[in-house]
Amino acid sequence: MGVGIEVRGLRAWFGASEALHGISVEMRPNTVTAIIGPSGCGKSTFVRCLNRMHETIPGARVEGEVRIGSTDVYGNGTPAVEVRRRVGMVFQKPNPFPTMTIYDNVAAGLKLNGFRNRRELDETVERSLHMAALWDEVKDGLKKQSGASLSGGQQQRLCIARALAVQPEVLLMDEPASALDPISTAKIEDLIYQLKERFTVVIVTHNMQQAARVAEWTGFFLMGDLIEFDKTQKIFTTPGDKRTEDYITGRFG
Amino acid sequence: MAEALQSGMPVRLSLRRRLVNRAVMAATGVAALLVLIPLFLILGFLGAKGIGSVNWAFLTHTPVPVGELGGGMANAIVGTFMILGIASLIGVPWGIAGGIYLSEYGRNRFGNAIRFTADVLNGVPSIVTGMAVYGLVVVTQGHFSAFAGGIALGIMMIPIIVRATEEMLLMVPQTIREAALGLGIPQWRTTLSVTLRTASSGVITGIMLAFARVAGETAPLLFTAFGNQFWNLKLNQPTAALSLQVYTYAISPYEDWHRMAWAGALVLIVMIMGTISVVRIIASRGMLKGAA
Amino acid sequence: MSVSLACELNTQKRPELHLADPQPNVSKLEVVASTTPEPAPQMRRPHASTAPDKIFKYLTVTAALSVVAVVLLIVFELVWHSRLAISKFGFGFFAGSDWDPVSGEFGALPFIYGTLVSSLIALIIAVPLGIGVAIFINEMCPRRLRTLLSFTVELLAAIPSVIYGLWGIFVLVPFLRVHVDPLLKANLGWTGLFTGPIYGIGMLAAGVILSIMVVPFISSITREVMLTVPQNQREGVLALGATQWEMIRTGILRNARVGITGGIILGLGRALGETMAVTMVIGNRPEIAKSLFAPGYTMASMIANEFSEATSQLYLSAIVEIGLALFLLTLVVNGLARLLVWMTTRGSPSRVYG
Repeated sequence: MGVGIEVRGLRAWFGASEALHGISVEMRPNTVTAIIGPSGCGKSTFVRCLNRMHETIPGARVEGEVRIGSTDVYGNGTPAVEVRRRVGMVFQKPNPFPTMTIYDNVAAGLKLNGFRNRRELDETVERSLHMAALWDEVKDGLKKQSGASLSGGQQQRLCIARALAVQPEVLLMDEPASALDPISTAKIEDLIYQLKERFTVVIVTHNMQQAARVAEWTGFFLMGDLIEFDKTQKIFTTPGDKRTEDYITGRFG
Repeated sequence: MAEALQSGMPVRLSLRRRLVNRAVMAATGVAALLVLIPLFLILGFLGAKGIGSVNWAFLTHTPVPVGELGGGMANAIVGTFMILGIASLIGVPWGIAGGIYLSEYGRNRFGNAIRFTADVLNGVPSIVTGMAVYGLVVVTQGHFSAFAGGIALGIMMIPIIVRATEEMLLMVPQTIREAALGLGIPQWRTTLSVTLRTASSGVITGIMLAFARVAGETAPLLFTAFGNQFWNLKLNQPTAALSLQVYTYAISPYEDWHRMAWAGALVLIVMIMGTISVVRIIASRGMLKGAA
Repeated sequence: MSVSLACELNTQKRPELHLADPQPNVSKLEVVASTTPEPAPQMRRPHASTAPDKIFKYLTVTAALSVVAVVLLIVFELVWHSRLAISKFGFGFFAGSDWDPVSGEFGALPFIYGTLVSSLIALIIAVPLGIGVAIFINEMCPRRLRTLLSFTVELLAAIPSVIYGLWGIFVLVPFLRVHVDPLLKANLGWTGLFTGPIYGIGMLAAGVILSIMVVPFISSITREVMLTVPQNQREGVLALGATQWEMIRTGILRNARVGITGGIILGLGRALGETMAVTMVIGNRPEIAKSLFAPGYTMASMIANEFSEATSQLYLSAIVEIGLALFLLTLVVNGLARLLVWMTTRGSPSRVYG
């Protein structure tokens, strides 16, 4: 089941330049939240702070508080590794492991976590591929084909299956469809809609129609600040801030 | 379903994984240390054992027989520069021309074949190169010579300079070539005066690295330059070289000569390190970094 | 002619770099796949003479071709001067284990054995060290130290072989004789690899000195190949909750394994042909002994010692044939290594995401 996300005064830096200036927001369990905003506004940085991926960039730094369920993400003694296990992430460009088969790609996270039981592994891999709507397309080449041999859209769904296999509580998606064709994008959007039954989903997108289609909540970022956070319908119909209105009506960005 | 799986998943990172992580990462640090220790030991011993015997006489006198005091390696130092001079005369123009071909014309299968051959030549054991040059030059001429030694080292320099030149020329943006061609400068002038010139600090870096690489070579000189205990400034006579002299003295049974070997090695390493330091300075100040 | 040349130049694929780019390695890779923009519209140009352009091109072609000529010339020399031995002994040359110039018996086996065993010892020591150093420099050490450390490790490759030999004779060999060999004999003597009299000089000493010499080759290629693994592979593994080591193992080493293998084989190529340092510490005795304490002989060190002393034509040509064998051995090994390194640094990463 999904858990809630609570962010308090989150600030992030790349070296000396501040990318996020104190973000506070709360996301409820089992919802889909879209993060929109012009490029460079800090939306990717924001989601990368939720699972501590931001700090893997040399010179990057984070301040503030993030709680995911009962876990204090930046608390003393909370290992980043554990946070990332509980918070799955799908990246902008599909990044399957090219040296592994489709099966091994999905099982990679489980194996890292010391999961060795063959039967349960098989079950989880199959279930994850079903959830990612990829099973029927790959079941024949499961243990023969490389993850890199799939098409772009299939690769991205494979990456989603890989993230789902470790049973995360939260799923972060950083522009998951930006590198895909319209048909693959539609498949991924369908998928996101179904996934919220089991996970809390946060999706970064530069495509406002996409945000309107998949998310019930939307946050608008501009130059490192969270300008507005509300029900998607409200944001797109009666935004409370002039800058949000300017953005969704296409006046900048 | 999800709960069933979750109960089987370790919620906290297992102790074993944390320990393995720590242990492996520490092991890489130990590996780094183990690699650096021999380097510092070698440089330390060279300094400690060599410095006592490097003096004015060492740099200006020729070797003396065992038992006599004094003597030096002046002839070997001069001989090394003679041989390296010939090697550079062969290796530098040849290597640069080959590199220009690979970067400006050789972006095709034929170029790939040349590139591969250059890498093969770079991997030929130096002793084998020495043997071949013995057959080609020494046997033909009838005697060992600085000339033959220079050819052997020059052949070794070629592939290094070819590849370095190619790499540096490829870094020059296409727009610079187009700008020159657009001004009506012929292709060959563009390549020499614009492209090569833009990449010159990188190319010089490559040349000096090739120089440093062959400066200490001994094996290919064994049957080409051969060595000489006396002064010789003629290119067609057997010629002494520092590296050869260090070898001869090191495997001799005499305490005095061992001291001379350390001193010669110190002079040799200072020469090489000096060259490499100059390379580093050029590389860090020049426009094209990354060569060294 | 000059117009057509310019067009040809324009449409070529070539990696480009910004002049002041601080990280050429990374950006070079990113742009390898990109093609140059459309040829600029042809400008009116005072007609450049085509003859000098042609001459210039042919000059550079000649220089490039002569690299091939040099290799062929080396092969020819070696085959020509070893023809006596080749016709007299045939393939039996490589199976014979007696080397007795006085009675005219020449078998290359002891030298091949010594070359292979000393190189193998070198790899056993140098591979974990080289890969470990590469991981440490790329992933562990503070950024400020990275350049200094990699420069220092690569300095090892700049030290001449004869200086390794000098240091080997007077420092390493006595150290092995007094401190290391007795320990090995006491604890691992039962394997049969560490038995017999301890000279210090011998196969083990040669292997150890070779390992120090090949570490910089293995580590620098490993580093280079590791850098070509795309950032998104690391992130993919990290996001699954991997520890740093698990990330390196699954996200980097696994993707880079072909290239790293290439680096190791390149190191092997160096070790096989290394002459002076080995000659100075291996003991130079053409015997095949199981114990690594025993003196041995390599192909390269035999050539160094005996080539200029060969008294008969047959003796000389037997030595040259060993040189030919050494040449072919390193040719195969280096060719394989280059192929593997090229496969990773040029082909696979872009192919996967292309």
